[in-house]
Amino acid sequence: MAFQILLNVFLAFIWMFLSTSSQPSSFVAGYLLGLLILYSFRRFFRSSFYLIRVVAVIKLIFTFFKALILSNIAVLKVILKPKLDIQPGIFALETELKTDWEITLLSNLITLTPGTLVIEVSEDNSTLYIHAMHLEDMKAEVAGIKNTLEKAIMEVSR
Amino acid sequence: MIEISKIIAAIFILLGAFLSMVTAFGLIRLPDIYTRNHAASKSATLGIMSILLGTFIYFYGAHGHFNSRVLLGIFFIFFTAPVSGHLISRAAYNTGVKVCGQTCRDDLKTARERAAKKARD
Repeated sequence: MAFQILLNVFLAFIWMFLSTSSQPSSFVAGYLLGLLILYSFRRFFRSSFYLIRVVAVIKLIFTFFKALILSNIAVLKVILKPKLDIQPGIFALETELKTDWEITLLSNLITLTPGTLVIEVSEDNSTLYIHAMHLEDMKAEVAGIKNTLEKAIMEVSR
Repeated sequence: MIEISKIIAAIFILLGAFLSMVTAFGLIRLPDIYTRNHAASKSATLGIMSILLGTFIYFYGAHGHFNSRVLLGIFFIFFTAPVSGHLISRAAYNTGVKVCGQTCRDDLKTARERAAKKARD
């Protein structure tokens, strides 16, 4: 992915030299043309076209912010309720993610998800131990984490 | 335009102050360190972020001053707050702080016991 971006910048510079102008606008024009060239030559690269992953990263950032706002509303509801009837607990979550930075990202996301907080990552990086504020709907929560967050991270790192 | 930006900034700052207040309530009311950590690592993050965002909008809208340091501050808080929450609760668990009485399930404890049993055999 980094190689494709570097190639695109390089193509933009070549465009600037071809048009003998050092304006930022000609850099942008060259970058867009280079994007077109990279797209048409995408089958020669080992990884997929890099704009797909950039879109996935932007999607992940939006998921981050949405999770933060939803979790705040959930915590707000618990704290401001007159009667404190929470049922906390710690549960294990198997994860399919492999590399360190993926797991770091997933645990950061889980910490910002409604009512969950990562306590421990197991030695072999296969299980996350998560403290939940309210365990009643744990099964649904696990499925939700798996479906949304893990998938979004996989889309970025694929 | 200036008035609108002032109003938006005021809304953000009041929201942030409200969230910080709720965090303080949560720290007093909740039963054990882990649930308190929920309140501290979430509401405080968004509260401080929205106060900083309100400050940024005010100075940009009313004075035309683009302060990139405030934006960097928002970014840093966003990435460091969940990590600190995780580390505090992990340290608490490893030093043996008990979970509160209502806790109905503890997978980490069973996993630890299993590992200890395996090491003994």
